[in-house]
Amino acid sequence: MWRGIQGIAELPEGKAANTSVTAKRLGVYLAPYWRNFVGIIFLSIIGAITQAGAPILIGMTVDKAIGTKNTTLLWQYMVVLLVFYVVGAISSRLTFQYMGQVGQRTIAHMRSELFGHLQKLSLRFFDKNPAGDLMSRIVNDIDVITQLLGQGLVMIIGNLFTLVGIVIAMVLLDWRLSIASFLLIPVLFIMTQLFAASARRAFRKTRESIGDVSSDIQEEIAGVKVAQAFTRTDVNRERFSQRNAANRDANVSATAITAAFGPLVDVLAALGIAIVAGYGGYLVLQDQVTPGIVVAFLSYVAFFFRPIQALSQFYTTAQSALAAAERTFNLIDHPVDMPELPTQLPVTHIDGAVTFDHVWFRYDARQGQSGDADWVLQDVSLQVKPGEMIALVGPTGSGKTSLVSLISRLYDVTQGSVAIDGVNVSEYQLTPLRHQMSMVLQETFLFSDSVKENIRYGKLDATDDDVIAAATDANAHELIMSLPQGYDTILGAKGVALSQGQRQLIGIARAILAKPNILILDEATSSVDTRTEVLIQQALERLLRGRTSFVIAHRLSTIRGADRIVVLDHGKVMEIGSHDQLMAAGGMYADLYQRQFASLVTPAATPAE
Amino acid sequence: MLLFRRMLSLLKPHWLLFTGAWLSLVLSTGANLVSPMILRSVLDDGISARAWAPILSGTLLLVGLAIVRGLFGFTQSYWSEKVSQSFAFDLRNNLFEKIQTLSFAYHDRTQAGQLMTRLTSDVEQVRSFVASALLQFISALMLLVGSLYALFSMNWQLALVALVFIPPSMVVLGYFMQVVRPMFSVIQERLGMLNVVLQENISGARLVKVFGREAHEEARFAVKNESLLEMNLKSVVAIASSFPIIFLINNLGTLGILWVGGYKTMSGEISIGELIAFTTYLSLLFQPLFMLGMIAAQITRASVSNERIFELLDTKQDVEDSPNAIVMPAVQGHVRFDNVTLRYAGSANKVLDGVSFDIPAGTTVAILGTTGSGKSSLINLIPRFYDANSGAIIIDDHDVRSVTLDSLRSQIGIVLQETTLFSGTIRANIAYGRPDASDAEVLEAAKRAQADAYIQELPQGYDTIVGEKGVGLSGGQRQRIAIARALLLDPKILILDDSTSAVDAETEFKIQQALDDLMHNRTSFVIAQRISTVRNADVILLLDGGKIIGQGSHDDLLRDNAVYGDIIDSQFGHQLAHEGVI
Repeated sequence: MWRGIQGIAELPEGKAANTSVTAKRLGVYLAPYWRNFVGIIFLSIIGAITQAGAPILIGMTVDKAIGTKNTTLLWQYMVVLLVFYVVGAISSRLTFQYMGQVGQRTIAHMRSELFGHLQKLSLRFFDKNPAGDLMSRIVNDIDVITQLLGQGLVMIIGNLFTLVGIVIAMVLLDWRLSIASFLLIPVLFIMTQLFAASARRAFRKTRESIGDVSSDIQEEIAGVKVAQAFTRTDVNRERFSQRNAANRDANVSATAITAAFGPLVDVLAALGIAIVAGYGGYLVLQDQVTPGIVVAFLSYVAFFFRPIQALSQFYTTAQSALAAAERTFNLIDHPVDMPELPTQLPVTHIDGAVTFDHVWFRYDARQGQSGDADWVLQDVSLQVKPGEMIALVGPTGSGKTSLVSLISRLYDVTQGSVAIDGVNVSEYQLTPLRHQMSMVLQETFLFSDSVKENIRYGKLDATDDDVIAAATDANAHELIMSLPQGYDTILGAKGVALSQGQRQLIGIARAILAKPNILILDEATSSVDTRTEVLIQQALERLLRGRTSFVIAHRLSTIRGADRIVVLDHGKVMEIGSHDQLMAAGGMYADLYQRQFASLVTPAATPAE
Repeated sequence: MLLFRRMLSLLKPHWLLFTGAWLSLVLSTGANLVSPMILRSVLDDGISARAWAPILSGTLLLVGLAIVRGLFGFTQSYWSEKVSQSFAFDLRNNLFEKIQTLSFAYHDRTQAGQLMTRLTSDVEQVRSFVASALLQFISALMLLVGSLYALFSMNWQLALVALVFIPPSMVVLGYFMQVVRPMFSVIQERLGMLNVVLQENISGARLVKVFGREAHEEARFAVKNESLLEMNLKSVVAIASSFPIIFLINNLGTLGILWVGGYKTMSGEISIGELIAFTTYLSLLFQPLFMLGMIAAQITRASVSNERIFELLDTKQDVEDSPNAIVMPAVQGHVRFDNVTLRYAGSANKVLDGVSFDIPAGTTVAILGTTGSGKSSLINLIPRFYDANSGAIIIDDHDVRSVTLDSLRSQIGIVLQETTLFSGTIRANIAYGRPDASDAEVLEAAKRAQADAYIQELPQGYDTIVGEKGVGLSGGQRQRIAIARALLLDPKILILDDSTSAVDAETEFKIQQALDDLMHNRTSFVIAQRISTVRNADVILLLDGGKIIGQGSHDDLLRDNAVYGDIIDSQFGHQLAHEGVI
């Protein structure tokens, strides 16, 4: 399990800000297993005795049995040695097993606690922490903690006792030879730390350079068609070759350090043997020790190098694991900003009346210092009757998506209130409330699962027939049937890649399946061609009869059928009314409409009659 | 085996270092093998014989040998790493070059992730084989033969006692290789699945919240977490059952030698020193057995990777310069398709079937047709991204297959449907096709593409970093960068696959203006999304099922072609309806 100097060097850096608190907290996770620990310590002591005792027995065999030609004594010693070896093997097997089980269970427990807590955090948290960063932080931190709990502790407990046992045995056998051998311990320890430090620096460079190489590869594979179209392949090749070379050189210089470490430890070990053989030989000649003691010491010096290296590795592992644990605990402790309250109302049905009452909203929830510029919504008031279709119009950044996000309480308002059926949304139980509505987002997220399961996400207990019916309504059935395995085709990162528009169809099927009482479409058909869009609209019209809906779309044609159109600009409601009313008013909507229309018809062309 | 020989042939340029590493290995292994003999003489000739001189000289010799071993141990690892890194460097460069030049057809049917694996983990697998396994194999053989020789030369009966312990340790080793190692790959696989759930939960957080699926997600995670834990616990038991037993067997070997050797020492058959040397050689004998086991596993993995690497390197180029290709002279823009048929590899359907047309220089051509009618395929043939199965594409009297790809493509501007932005500055992205363009030229292109205004508003203007780790741009903004990119080339032939993505009215208007500017004064082929483009086009090509079913101006077709009216109505009915409103 010794990962070598490279293993140490590749551990993430950083120290826990508060080591003792973090260590205690880790201890809390391990506490339920205290019985195992008692067993482990007991077994480790036995293991240490057998390990430290065996060389003494061998030394005694040489001196007392072989030296005096006593055959009875020889086989007696051998039987004892056999017992030592067997007991040692059993205790090391059990130690490993118990410790490994404790470690793995603890890790699994921490994982599920972390994941459970992530589910409670609101979108504000996910907005602030980019998915990629969060993911790699969690994966790396848990990996480092696993190294400590899974392997580190096994090694350290066993080795610590073994080292103590060996040291005691050596001192008991002969104090002069012991001191001579111990001279090497600090040298080895310091050498390991020094090498680890410089190897770390070197490996940081290799990590960076391999990162450059991989991101270059990834990007160039993704953009290979553009590269060929713009005849850029030679320039790309040159740049790749440079990064590739930097990676090679960083690796070679890192190897200079790791390659030197092993041989140096070797030389040190040989030096230990030489010291024992030389000084021990001298002492034998002086009749101060027996040859058997020298033989025993020869195996001790070979032995105690391992635990010392393990200890010095443990020091590094523990440091980075504590830092990782601290980060993980911080995540687990991250305050929940939309806690469940016992006073919240359960929801089984909503009619779909939505009221915005003087709503002010900004993403940074902190009050005070921030100026007006941060407001995403300013004093928005709007009453929506059950079954009404509301369209939201406005330039990019005018607050349309933020407004609809407040309905399903993805965020809490900063001031004012949002109410459904006359009750403030924060007074409902959150999950049941969200089950009453659904939202189709511009970017459709697909799981690495079958098409069927991806659609079923909208209603977990839906039958396959329901799924197919929803897909048909969303105009996705034909597309799905053309996929290699139909509804069983795996989508997502490792599956079939769909175009933006095709993904949107799946997203719409998902929402249709949910049969929500409030449906929110946020640019849901922006990448679908206009012909398909019309068909989807017809299906939605059927589905939405009697249900409340909010539609955000850039294509004004998409929203002309809305009961009312809300025009937003810079977070403020500028106009509300039907298409005809707003056109007649000649305000912002009419202006937008004319402009979009102008881009469809070039000035030179006269409309066909 | 043939593939392995090819792999080894890539080592040729580095033969000097490789030989150095090999010699170092032989020397350090040799020093390793001699050491127990020296120790034996210290014990026998010095300690037992009570003579100081052999002790002193033996001790010094031990230190000397350790230094030799250390020195050559270092040069061995350093040089072999250097060789293997240079080897990986060459291999990666070759693979990268290959990927850059393989045709669109290849990239259509190959997943990016697979190619990524070839260049990263497959290369690393083969590299580590070259760096360690190849040399370790030699070292293991030397240790095996050397320690067996030492054992038998000291006492053959005792050597046989040592051999008794080899078969049982092989059995345990075999158990480890067959049963325990595969567990690690299962663990990796399950960890991967667990991380997929975590990753999707984080990046799909909005969806999870919108549908209130937190409980479902927790259940999903719990299942994967449980199955990972189960495998981890299994592996703990399996590891706990193999390593201590192998150590035990090794220890039992020592015990057996001491026991039998003890009697032999008493009878004077062997010396104390030989007895101790025997136990040392015994552990040297066990080492190579482990090493060989590990090497065997590594060979299997490396050969799989090796095969995949060469499969990619050997992929036939289906579109490449013909041996007597000439440099395309300055293009005028006359494009002719002569009875062109195209069928994609592995598909029975003809995507294009007997397509012929003749477009004079400077014409704007709109291409119209339903999804799957062959629009994209048609435009992809002009810069020779694919080769036609039959027929010819002729530009200014040159068959596209008779000129070099670089000279052809560098004179054709292309705006693809999905805009790819590379990590780098906006300036570099616009200058992608002409890295040597001046700042003034880049600025001019951006202005004409209606992109300058928003770029100036970005925090670092033209130096703003975009791409995966940079500032996110909207679809409309990206498209205008792609238009600027094509404008900068100032090509005589322009190919434009207009995006379907809807943008707000303001942006729509700007893009339209940019496109008009772009198409001006060149031969343009446009897959049209806007009715205005169709109506302003000089020629409209109407495609259906890979065949041209109509060709002419908007008015001609409206008058003569029944299908045209239907398609216009179905695709642009919406837009036409708007016009009706006014």
